[in-house]
Formats: sequence, C-alpha cells, structure tokens
Amino acid sequence: MRTPIAYFLLLAALLFSMGTVGVLVNRNALRIFMSVELQLNAVNLTLVAFARMHNDLTGQVLAFFSMVVAAAEVVVGLAIIVSIYRRRRSVDVDDVREMRW
Amino acid sequence: MPLDNVVFWVFAPISIAAAVGMLVMRNVIHAALFLVVNFGCIAVMYLLLDAPFLFAVQIVVYAGAIMVLFLFVIMLLGVDRSDVRSERLFLQRPLAVVLAVAFLAEITVAVRAAVGFSTLAPQGFDQLQTQGNAQAIAEVLFRDYFFPFEVTSILLIVAAIAAMVLAQRSVRAVTQAELVAADAEPVS
Repeated sequence: MRTPIAYFLLLAALLFSMGTVGVLVNRNALRIFMSVELQLNAVNLTLVAFARMHNDLTGQVLAFFSMVVAAAEVVVGLAIIVSIYRRRRSVDVDDVREMRW
Repeated sequence: MPLDNVVFWVFAPISIAAAVGMLVMRNVIHAALFLVVNFGCIAVMYLLLDAPFLFAVQIVVYAGAIMVLFLFVIMLLGVDRSDVRSERLFLQRPLAVVLAVAFLAEITVAVRAAVGFSTLAPQGFDQLQTQGNAQAIAEVLFRDYFFPFEVTSILLIVAAIAAMVLAQRSVRAVTQAELVAADAEPVS
C-alpha cells in the first residue's frame, strides 16, 4: 500500500471535527445523534489505520467491537428520542430541561 | 500513481463533501442520506487498509441497519421541517467551528510528531492473515477477546429490551386478576 498512514488519520480527524461541529451547533436531537455517529466512524477509521500501521489485528477487532456497541447505542438512543417526542412533540434538546437545576 | 492512492484521493474528498452536506442540509432526511454516502466512503477506506471484513460489516451494519433505523425514526416522527431558530447561546456557531479547527490542528501536530506524514504502512500484513481476514479476526476475537465478546452479546440483548421498554406507549398492563374479573362479569 503506497498511501501514507497519516492521510487516513488526518481524514479521520477531519471527519471527527465535523462531527464535533455538528454536535455543538445543532439542537435537533436526531441531527446531534447523526453527528455522534460520524464521530464514532472517524474513530473506527483511526483504529483500523493504526492496526495496519502496527501490523496488528487487535485494532480491527476493537473497531468491530465499537461497531457492535454503536449499534446498541443507536437502538437505545433512538428509542429515547422517540419516547421524548411522544411526551412533548419535539426533539429539540433545549426543550428537555427536567434534569436541569 | 499507484491504484490505492487514486482510490484514496477519489473517496476522501467524497466523504468530506458528504460530511459537509450532512451538516448544512436543512432537511433531516437529506442529511441522513449524506451520512450514508459518508459511511460508504469510510468502508472503502477500510478496504484500502486491508480490512475487508470490516468493509462488509460497515456496509451491512452502518450503511444498512443503523441508517435504516435513523430514516425510520425520522419518518416516524415527521421531523422534516427545517428548524431555523436564532442562536440561543452567544456566538455558538463561530465558537464551535473555532474549537473544531483547533482540535484538527492539534491532531495534525500530533500525527506529524508521532507518525509522520510520509510514513508508509509496513510490509507483512498479509502474513498475519494467510487464511483470510475474517479467519484472522475470528482467531484474535475468540482467543484473546472471548470474554468481551460474550459481554457484548449481553449488551445487545439489554439494548433490545431497553428499546422495547423505552419506545412502547405507556399503556397500563392488564393483570391476570383483572382478566379473570372481566370474564366473570356478565356482558351487558
């Protein structure tokens, strides 16, 4: 493979930053959630790139675990969003303020 | 220019453009579809990094299952109207962008210091997986990470139950005694 590993790491960093912007800027819970998915994917890409760089399959196994946990996280998170929407007809995170002091 | 360089320079801009599209699209469904494009490009990156098994898993789990779930919820809730509202926090957007750019610069410095911009991947990755990538991953997974694997299966079951409990409508459960009483009651 003739592509430097750093390119993959920088691409992952760029995608992660974009996900960060999405999380910080948006107020729609679904959009925030999609940005979190983008961040998770960027980190997975980093793991796989490091696995290639160190000639070690552990990174790929970790990325695999991360995908499984992300799937579980999406299921629970979307269920929470649906339940919040049922209660208050909105997925705006600023409207959910019961747990704020 | 070697082939994998060409593939990288084709798909990296597409994935970045898709991420930008996801951020700027007003319609949530369009944003979700851009995210699917981005996931597909990341899957191609896995292929470039000699991880064909994760390529398949990425397509099936992320671009398939997770995004279908997202689109399903988006359409279920009907949140396709654009939410244009004024910023409630002072300078929220500019600050977010500045922080993200600072983070990116920091990572760039770290990558340059720790990896180096021109370091190529070492040879010999194929020797780790003479029988194929999936077999090699399975060997590591079931030999070194067997306990985490089992814990993950418990996590998936808990997540499925949690989704059912959270998403069901709050209907009061009918007890067995009430059913018996309803049966005994004469129908009027």
